[in-house]
Amino acid sequence: MAIKILTEHINVPGIESFDVYRKQGGYTAVEKAIKTMTPDAIVEEVKKAGVRGRGGAGFPMGMKWSFLAKPEGVPRYLVCNADESEPGTFKDHYLMKNIPHLLIEGMIISSFALGANKSFIYVRGELMYVIHILEKAIAEAKAKGFLGKNILGSGYDLELVVQPGGGAYICGEETALLESLEGKRGNPRNKPPFPAVKGLYQSPTVVNNVESIATTAWIVNNGGDAYAAVGIGRSTGTKLISASGHINKPGVYEIELGVPVEDFIYADEWCGGIRTGHKFKALVAGGSSVPILPANLALTLANGEKRLMSYESLSDGGFATGTMLGSGGFIVFDETSCIVRNTWNFSRFYHHESCGQCSPCREGTGWMEKVLHRIEYGHGHQQDIDLLVDVSKKIEGNTICPLGDAAAWPVASAIRHFRDEFQWHIDHPSEATQPGAVYKGEMALV
Amino acid sequence: MEDVKPQLVKVTIDGIEVEVEPGTTILQAARKIGPAVAPPAMCYYQPLKGSGGKCRACLVRVAAGSAKDPRPMPKLVASCLTAVQDGMVVENETNPQVIDARNGIVEFLLLNHPLDCPVCDQAGECDLQNFAFDHGKVTTRYEEDRRTFEKQDIGPYIQLHMTRCILCYRCVFTADQITNKRVHGVLGRGDASEIGTYIEKAIDNDFSGNVIDVCPVGALTDKTYRFKNRVWFTKPVDAHRDCPTCSGKVTLWYRGEDVIRVTARKNEWNEVEEFICNTCRFDKKKTSDWTIEGPTKVSRSSVISANKYRADTIKPSFGQRLAAAEYKPIHDERDTSQLDIQQLPPERFAKVLPSAMEPEP
Repeated sequence: MAIKILTEHINVPGIESFDVYRKQGGYTAVEKAIKTMTPDAIVEEVKKAGVRGRGGAGFPMGMKWSFLAKPEGVPRYLVCNADESEPGTFKDHYLMKNIPHLLIEGMIISSFALGANKSFIYVRGELMYVIHILEKAIAEAKAKGFLGKNILGSGYDLELVVQPGGGAYICGEETALLESLEGKRGNPRNKPPFPAVKGLYQSPTVVNNVESIATTAWIVNNGGDAYAAVGIGRSTGTKLISASGHINKPGVYEIELGVPVEDFIYADEWCGGIRTGHKFKALVAGGSSVPILPANLALTLANGEKRLMSYESLSDGGFATGTMLGSGGFIVFDETSCIVRNTWNFSRFYHHESCGQCSPCREGTGWMEKVLHRIEYGHGHQQDIDLLVDVSKKIEGNTICPLGDAAAWPVASAIRHFRDEFQWHIDHPSEATQPGAVYKGEMALV
Repeated sequence: MEDVKPQLVKVTIDGIEVEVEPGTTILQAARKIGPAVAPPAMCYYQPLKGSGGKCRACLVRVAAGSAKDPRPMPKLVASCLTAVQDGMVVENETNPQVIDARNGIVEFLLLNHPLDCPVCDQAGECDLQNFAFDHGKVTTRYEEDRRTFEKQDIGPYIQLHMTRCILCYRCVFTADQITNKRVHGVLGRGDASEIGTYIEKAIDNDFSGNVIDVCPVGALTDKTYRFKNRVWFTKPVDAHRDCPTCSGKVTLWYRGEDVIRVTARKNEWNEVEEFICNTCRFDKKKTSDWTIEGPTKVSRSSVISANKYRADTIKPSFGQRLAAAEYKPIHDERDTSQLDIQQLPPERFAKVLPSAMEPEP
């Protein structure tokens, strides 16, 4: 049986209540951390564990914590990024809804480690019912003395605030989130200064994903070395993968990093294979913003080895033949899906969600969407494919925040791997615009 | 107590070395060298705190981060916000990647711009026009509908022509920093965002007119000057008056004997030196209201100085004029700027330009 770090008790009836969670060994990590450990010792354990940020960028969490500036007399903040809005990603939602106390416990430990006395959980506004669940959990924890003034008699105070977002994808970018939390328009900030130096209310701030914070409870209980022993290479621990698309068993799965992609898709334990009677065409491995891969490259590396579910293996080969683990939004496409339509759909999302602050993203995302719409609806021109590639190149890397890259990558990668399909749409508009029409030409189906 | 002078740091921009104080941005360091090296800035505005970083026109490549850590920066950086380090090597016009990115930015900015320069009041003193001239293309690859808006009157003096706006946020910063209450801002998101005064509220305070001066394009225009003239037909003159609310230092724009416009004084980077009040700007349009100081110094390359007599300058020689006429030295493979034209005998030019042989009029 594979190791479960986050979801071991998730199916216990009533786990969302404090008492049941406590009976399953909950909050022992808080007790251990606050009573027996120093904040620096906790940071050290997290560093040893080598947890990489689960929000998408994969930046080592311990390193992020150690960058936090600690000037005298200035408050420090911990902000939990629960603004999960990436298309294809729904793992934080699952975690918070089912086992809210795991996040609360992680928040207490992390806040204690960072010396924050007021911490925030910024939840996307659409998940109002999750916000109610979290608020109830916080009230319970407070009543039992795990939150509020003088936690467990240690003299450490912590107030936890749940803040609903206003429904903007861009507020999942950490600096836009901080702006939004301050009550301003959710525009990403220019960096540097980074939040670790000047974050929320110009004070040092750490922003971490829900899943990252939730791991700290297990790390405190079992030690950083035990966590680092799970997983493969520098991809330590487990990862929640939200699997969707044309698979038999969509859902959220906790996997040990290093599981082969092939096993993850075909094993009964996880996705249970491509839906019956169909073939595997393409994979988006880490949420809509990462490059899409055709089936053959999704399963094997360019050198013929098996591709694994890990940060390194998925990004093997750069963007030419690789992708990214991202936030773990695993979307599988079978041969009935049209890549052009799908790319247009992703592009439409980024066009709608661009904040409009910097020019390449504001104008470029809209332009790409319009060109893709044109191709999809049979009005494409021969030069449109090159135009899309050029526009995506001019956006990528030239914007304030990564949303520009996120908008450019799916388009560039879809053209890189499925150019013939785009060409077919342009060459045969009447055929391609028939309802349900899909490119049937040569491609690698598995 | 002794004054401790900060150690100057040495930066190389496009092969030219310059020494600046620590904390200076790349853009300011480049401006210190001169206009030929300074990156274009559409949103950065030195007098406004927090401006910059949005238009991405000033992107440069940092080929070496500093003397200590000479690694190049992985991405192009916004020169208006990136502080220099000792030993930093910056590539601006000399790097094809930077030029390519800037060409892209012009294209993006012009996607939804109406290009109505022939009827736009800003023409001739428009940052976007200059930027597009330097980096733009003759044709467009955009064939969809452009985003359009109705013109809006915001207050009695200002008209907002949102269609022309490039969302630089300068007017928002201006209202934040020099007036006590901002009533306009950016509404909406993405390419649907617009400058607006929620439900067409009027901007009404003594310093509201300054948003016209800071606007890099013709989105915010002076209603008292709208369609009155073309900027190259007017003659700018520095003047001042004893104003109880502001410094009273302005530029008067004359057409013949009439003052047809009053603006704040701007430096060579088109940035306001001192913000002025609405009374000076909109109400004092008689020469008798002002003490004239003399003609405003306008760059010779500016269209504003075309065909104007300037007492403070010596007439340039032919060689200097020819050198100044090379407006795009970087893209011309037949670059003659390496030659010292003044050293060449005038006969060299006689065949091409017979007028070169004629004496100066």
